[in-house]
Amino acid sequence: MSVLVFVEGAGGEIKKSSLEAVGYASALAKKINTQAVALVIGKYSDDQINSLGKYGASKVLSCKNDKLSQPLPMPYASVIAEAAKKENADTIILSRSSVVDAIASRLALKLGAGIVTNVVDLPDLSSGFKVKKSIYTGKAFAFYDLTSPKKVITISKNAFSAVEGNGSATVEAFDPQLSDSDYKVQIKETQKATGDVLLTEADIVVSGGRGLKGPENWNLVIDLAKALGAATGCSKPVSDLDWRPHHEHVGQTGVKVSPNLYIALGISGAIQHLAGVNSSKVIVVVNKDPEAPFFKAADYGIVGDVFEVVPKLIEAAKALK
Amino acid sequence: MKILVCISNVPDTTSKISFTDNNTKLNTSGIQFIIGPYDEYALSRAIELKEAAGGTVTVLNVGEADTEPTIRKALAIGADDAIRINAFPKDAFYVASQIAAVAKSENYDLILMGRESIDYNSGLVHGIVGELLGIPSVSPVMKLDIEGGKAVMSREIEGGKEIVEASLPLVAGCQEPIAEWKIPNMRGIMSARTKPLKVVEPADITDNIKLLNYELPAPKGACKMIDASTPEKLFDLLKNEAKVL
Ligand SMILES: Cc1cc2nc3c(=O)[nH]c(=O)nc-3n(C[C@H](O)[C@H](O)[C@H](O)COP(=O)(O)OP(=O)(O)OC[C@H]3O[C@@H](n4cnc5c(N)ncnc54)[C@H](O)[C@@H]3O)c2cc1C
Repeated sequence: MSVLVFVEGAGGEIKKSSLEAVGYASALAKKINTQAVALVIGKYSDDQINSLGKYGASKVLSCKNDKLSQPLPMPYASVIAEAAKKENADTIILSRSSVVDAIASRLALKLGAGIVTNVVDLPDLSSGFKVKKSIYTGKAFAFYDLTSPKKVITISKNAFSAVEGNGSATVEAFDPQLSDSDYKVQIKETQKATGDVLLTEADIVVSGGRGLKGPENWNLVIDLAKALGAATGCSKPVSDLDWRPHHEHVGQTGVKVSPNLYIALGISGAIQHLAGVNSSKVIVVVNKDPEAPFFKAADYGIVGDVFEVVPKLIEAAKALK
Repeated sequence: MKILVCISNVPDTTSKISFTDNNTKLNTSGIQFIIGPYDEYALSRAIELKEAAGGTVTVLNVGEADTEPTIRKALAIGADDAIRINAFPKDAFYVASQIAAVAKSENYDLILMGRESIDYNSGLVHGIVGELLGIPSVSPVMKLDIEGGKAVMSREIEGGKEIVEASLPLVAGCQEPIAEWKIPNMRGIMSARTKPLKVVEPADITDNIKLLNYELPAPKGACKMIDASTPEKLFDLLKNEAKVL
């Protein structure tokens, strides 16, 4: 018996959210006296692979098959299911991402496993296998008992912090069976914003709203983000107006983020925007309207004009280094 | 083109969520139920595809009789007919299994739905339906066109998008901006009353997760205000008090 954790990368680097998942799997494995096995698909440096041991994996299955270089849910689900069977894993952990929903759903079915997504805490094993899941876009939680022998869990980003230790893992090559029937979907092209901090992975997010007045003022958002090493986001009208690309739009119909720090500049805090940010640890709001609803969700607030306040924040943020 | 659109019946986004019966039931008093917003994008795209190339759009909901107003709204927006699987939608696996049981014999070219429902946010139904029917699934889809018998889609990924192609039949989990939302007009509302709505009894599904109870997050403390003339104080607080820098 073991706990298997699927490790996802982006641009040749293992994602922080995957390291969180490895930490989670390792903490769970300790609770049930077994080992955490990490499955990594793709080509990564030895340093990257070894870091999985530092985050608690006892063993790494490294799969470098070229037919798996693109993250396609159907073959990935089959490969993870094969690894789960090989490792006799009862619980499979994944970190939620744009591709993981599709992988995890198929994986659970292949294994006959119960599945719960958006899990925010380690399972309570005192009676059964009780997990806590975030629902209603962060407005509530639900507790489930997973009654099946096999279990698939996807965890929310930032719900479990990854702590680097000094463990190490044995590395084993993994060469799974691939089936042509899993290749009915083909990726023709990937269009990626390069050089930016990935919004969904960022520790700090600085977002701008319609209060910025126009794209020509976006340097205020970008410069503050740069000074803090943050990713940039925006409200929906901003991307609807084409001031910023669609993939930066945060909220219920856009990207959901859960950074340690979310800074909202000139955003009113409509419920649909809050739905995408309310699981952030700390929220800072700058808005000239003291009645802006965002202040009700914020931890720190500045009532002021972004054009006066943000330049001062940029200077102060630069001085932090 | 024969299209099935799966819709969820969910509390309006602005709803205040609370629970009753010892935190085991959603308190529905004062809550307005709507078509899941992502599902409504899927429905809108289905109607556009039908308008462009002909075919039929059937909406399907797994729900008890109280979801019929939501189903009628989907008919008013432009679906041709509807199926309600008469069961409480317990969880993603249960719902997906019911959908697949109905879809199995119907040979839909496209099964569209939202990327996730906005109540349980699980994001699993599209993948499970695809796996159960042995057909591909793609999510979250922001653009979907049918070209030469294939679906050409743009799919959101972290920090960008992918252009993907898949053979039909196909399941797609949809999201903005796949289509313009459609507002039902008077003719749509009138005709929705007479469009066929078939009620079918659920398949027998053995479930392997059990909902125990709900919990609300701890209430948020008051927002600490910083004077706009000295905004730099923010960083002291973030560093020393909130400890996030
Ligand atoms: C179904 C649906 C889904 C939606 N999904 C999303 C979503 O995912 N994400 C999202 O963001 N929105 C979403 N919306 C839209 C949402 O309801 C709001 O309209 C939107 O969030 C408002 O964006 P905003 O705050 O940038 O703009 P506004 O509402 O125009 O607010 C601008 C704010 O800036 C402040 N301001 C103006 N000038 C200054 C200045 N000089 N200095 C400081 N402050 C200033 C104003 O006081 C105001 O509070 C959705 C809406 C619907 C109906």
